[in-house]
Amino acid sequence: MVSPVLRRVSERAPLLLPIADDELVLGWRNSEWTGIAPFLEEDVAFSSIAQNEIGHARALYELVAAELDTTADELAFDRSPDEYRCSAFVELRLVPDWAKTIARHYLYEQADEQRIKALMESDDDEVSGLAAKIDREEAYHRMHAQMWFDRLQDEPRFVEALEELRPLADKRGEHIPEFAELWDEMTMVRRSVVGATW
Amino acid sequence: MSRVFEVFRLERKGQPFQHAGSIAAPDETFADWYAREQYGRRGESVALWVVPREAIHEIDEFVDELQRNYHRVDGYPLKEKLARARERAGTRAGTSD
Amino acid sequence: MTDEQFLDYVQGGGQVETSDSMPDEYRAKLVKFIEMHGNSELMGVLPEREWILRAPTLQRKLALTAKVQDEVGHAQLIYRVVEDLGKTREQCLEDLISGKSKFHNVFHYPTKTWGDVGVIAWLVDAAAIISQKALLKCSYAPYARIMKKICWEESFHILHGRDVILTMMNGTDEQRELVQEALDRWWGPLMQFHGNPIPRDEDPMFVWRIKSQGNEEARQQFLDGYVPQIWEFGLTVPDPNLRKTDDGVWEYTEPDWDELKHVVTGHGPKTAERLGLRQHTREETEWVRRTVLAEAA
Repeated sequence: MVSPVLRRVSERAPLLLPIADDELVLGWRNSEWTGIAPFLEEDVAFSSIAQNEIGHARALYELVAAELDTTADELAFDRSPDEYRCSAFVELRLVPDWAKTIARHYLYEQADEQRIKALMESDDDEVSGLAAKIDREEAYHRMHAQMWFDRLQDEPRFVEALEELRPLADKRGEHIPEFAELWDEMTMVRRSVVGATW
Repeated sequence: MSRVFEVFRLERKGQPFQHAGSIAAPDETFADWYAREQYGRRGESVALWVVPREAIHEIDEFVDELQRNYHRVDGYPLKEKLARARERAGTRAGTSD
Repeated sequence: MTDEQFLDYVQGGGQVETSDSMPDEYRAKLVKFIEMHGNSELMGVLPEREWILRAPTLQRKLALTAKVQDEVGHAQLIYRVVEDLGKTREQCLEDLISGKSKFHNVFHYPTKTWGDVGVIAWLVDAAAIISQKALLKCSYAPYARIMKKICWEESFHILHGRDVILTMMNGTDEQRELVQEALDRWWGPLMQFHGNPIPRDEDPMFVWRIKSQGNEEARQQFLDGYVPQIWEFGLTVPDPNLRKTDDGVWEYTEPDWDELKHVVTGHGPKTAERLGLRQHTREETEWVRRTVLAEAA
């Protein structure tokens, strides 16, 4: 069933929802490392990255929500799984494989930079403004990914991880089976008392 | 080996840098990252100094065997001299200087 | 300084730095106490982290992620202090996983609903902050100093907790039931949290001025601060004997001290599972530490 919200016409939705959904789901996957990252200092740092991603998702959803007369939370949580526009790449569950996690982080930030820079050229001032802010934060993510890349580049399992994940980075299409599980867990509290304020 | 770095933070301009704590990191690049996270993610500092612990030398022994008070305020008890000078000048109590 | 002189020194408010000489007993008790605190912050993450994934709004998701991040950060600060006292982080983690060292009772229990998320942030954190504020005056200065940062960061945790609870209490009947049900389950562990009421002069932690407060003092402070609030929100406390006497002392049903002992010695409902998760992820990420930190396995 298509949400009533998405039946309305929106210029921003097709442009921004894929990015917002990617950031939401990647932020979700990255938060799976909370408390169990390889060492404590990195745990704290990686958690900030996850928070930034969710923050980006929220800001992007808010721009779309304004056009569709809904809220960011409704867009983030109240669509059915097939209405999400995230890529299979971000849906992959990689914990506890740090090599794959960093490989995805590195590849994702590279690809994301391109599309955010494109958004910075948008005629829609709110979109280009937000894109500039996101880009400034993502500059730090790119630095972090590079820092780990430099440290791990001679490590065979990291090289393998990059090779395995690189072809998936650009693919967009079907959700993978893990996404249904993710959606289920992500929305379980919200669905438990429909329409409630939390 | 993972190295220990000491972090000093500046809360706001005009304040001195103060020791905030320490982090363990493999090198300076990581140390900068982790310091920023541990001591700045809430915008609680405007600047940080990140210093390898081995660069810091602590000194806690100070020698002063011969009581060098000539360069301290407590080396100048002037009360008595002041009293005698006032007496000679005819007790000008109540006037300033 | 003799041991007696050291005792007089700390009891008179004297502060101890890392390179100062200290009695073996003081150092040993200090390490054990601080290590348990670090373990607790680290283990406290596990019951909460699954709810980050399930948070029902983006704001709650962000707030909970930030709260848990703080707790990991606190563990980092605390283990650094222990490390400077001579026990490495790796040794601490090994002892935690093997069950040789302990962590606070509350983190051995399951979290079942979003109601637990609210109750933990509101009441468990409150109980912890009371103890933590008492540590601001710890005789061991490096620990007292990190407590300042920890207490400052915890200030939003309680507000977040209160916000979560109030929103539910102002919501639907089902939401109110979630909160009450969670409170009913958490009350027992909360009452045990500050430990059995040994007189403070018999508590080595107080004698050495590592803690500046006895266990019962802390519990009374908790009850005084939070029971009125619990009642104010329209909730009930599952203890028919709970009341404040005319001289301002709270009376309550004696907590089950055997249960407390049983739980903290590694037999809580979730102890094995959570330590198992720690062990598993530690094994899986061993290669990272070896590569990046070049530390022995």
